Amino acid sequence: MKKFLDNRNTLGLMFMLPAGVLLLVFLTYPLGLGTWLGFTDAKIGRPGQWVGLENYEFLWGDSVTRLALFNTLFYTVVASVLKFFLGLWLAILLNERIPFKSFFRAAILLPYIVPTALSAIAFWWMFDAQFSVISWVLTRMGWIHGYIDFLGDPWNARFSVIAANVWRGVPFVAITLLAGLQTISPTLYEAAAIDGATGWQRFWHVTLPLLTPIIAVVMTFSVLFTFTDFQLIYVITRGGPLNATHLMATLSFQRAISGGALGEGAAIAIAMVPFLLAAIMFSYFGLQRRAWQQGGSDK
Amino acid sequence: MSTREVTDSQGMSFLDSLPRRAVVVFAPLAVFVFVLLFPFYWMVMTTFKPNAELLSREGNPFWVINPTLAHIEKLLFHTAYPEWMWNTVLVSVVSTFTSLAASVLAAYAIERLRYKGSKQVGLAIFLAYLVPPSILFIPLATIVTELGLFDTRWALILTYPTFLIPFCTWLLMGYFRTIPYELEECALIDGATRWQILTRIILPLAVPGLISAGIFAFTLSWNEFIYALTFISSSEVKTVPVGVVTELVEGDVYHWGSLMAGALLGSLPVAVLYSFFVEYYVSGMTGAVKE
Repeated sequence: MKKFLDNRNTLGLMFMLPAGVLLLVFLTYPLGLGTWLGFTDAKIGRPGQWVGLENYEFLWGDSVTRLALFNTLFYTVVASVLKFFLGLWLAILLNERIPFKSFFRAAILLPYIVPTALSAIAFWWMFDAQFSVISWVLTRMGWIHGYIDFLGDPWNARFSVIAANVWRGVPFVAITLLAGLQTISPTLYEAAAIDGATGWQRFWHVTLPLLTPIIAVVMTFSVLFTFTDFQLIYVITRGGPLNATHLMATLSFQRAISGGALGEGAAIAIAMVPFLLAAIMFSYFGLQRRAWQQGGSDK
Repeated sequence: MSTREVTDSQGMSFLDSLPRRAVVVFAPLAVFVFVLLFPFYWMVMTTFKPNAELLSREGNPFWVINPTLAHIEKLLFHTAYPEWMWNTVLVSVVSTFTSLAASVLAAYAIERLRYKGSKQVGLAIFLAYLVPPSILFIPLATIVTELGLFDTRWALILTYPTFLIPFCTWLLMGYFRTIPYELEECALIDGATRWQILTRIILPLAVPGLISAGIFAFTLSWNEFIYALTFISSSEVKTVPVGVVTELVEGDVYHWGSLMAGALLGSLPVAVLYSFFVEYYVSGMTGAVKE
């Protein structure tokens, strides 16, 4: 028995058992099941029949799905770009010598740690068509004359949910990039300054190349979670007005759970996978590798 | 890009004059802090505002003239909110501890036992972390139903580890890696079993990592939304985020006061916990990203 337990493979297997079983049953198996469901006409309470690519053919011709795909791409691209630039800017500001630094850092992360569904309600209230505090301020300042219909107009609604998403995501980007900035030795900046580099050159030739690997990881996570976002949309607009803010995730929930078409919903969810893989591949090969191969002196 | 002026002062900030710093550092920072914290201020204001003030465009909306506890009272005594709170606590605590225990064993096995294939398993764990819940909830709903767990707390306790275990394992693998091998070799020579090494040597040294992983896992389960929304339909087993969103919104009349009170009270526990463990939280978050 003792001998048996000393074998690292047996012992390893035993140690892996709890995590392995949970992940295989509730992660790997559902991933496969979801893929299979996407090829069936399963409804809630009725196991499905294999229908091949029928779901995908239907969805390709479905204008709402196409709109949801457009919305998801638009949402992801705009929100990620904003999160990157604002997050980088905030990280650089926090890397300065400022009083109460740890307090600021702690306060700034707050939007990221509170439940998104709950902060989304606060945004919903701030975007209210009749009592929005944003409209109140703007009218008092004389910039607008009527209250803004934030969530009633398709493009207003799109930008409103993007604003809420950026608000939630900037702290994550900023704090992780700040951690990256803090690992850059100040001597590099001093050396660059002695060589006569301007502030912009120092940023472009010192900060950015050294930060590239961590930017790649952070933005991969950010893109991944923005692309598959569900809570913000579900709470603030439920996909409206006129499906203008429906994302793939909210549409698949609506079709599968509210509408009962499990197969169709699963197909929408699975259709997100290629985009996610592309995002991961892009960051892995495009950004991270290059910085490593050239010894961190990209550009 | 505005980072230009900002980076100017990096590393050499003693060369900068105060007025210049006020414009390029403090002013933008103040705007960031204001925007990031304003929704919370707004939650608090709305919670204590009487309806008459909420639904009026006159006066200054940024302050409460006649503060009221009516919204909180309604929430605590006329809705199932206390039950949602209890469910959230229960589900978060149980799933956090389950995941931590499973992750400690898994991370130790991958990092230190180095069994055959542990490298591949480590990579698979990281990939599992990248699988978003919004592509899993439909098949999971059918699995949960088949297991007879639909509409029970068990549905959440068993599914939350799918995103907690990958994260915690990945984080703990990093921590275990920093503990010197020599300690373990000495103990092995002294005749300690692997289990003794794990509980007496590795775990005491990995306490900061355990706290980071635990805090992070607790927040993630507290904030979880899509599984709780899909797998639960009865009010008495709902969690706070789902309960507030699905039950406090009735018809076309939005009770903003009690909605904001619900959002505020539901955010407070994680915010308080976070304020005590900021450093652990940040190191957990950045640690997971920096490998």
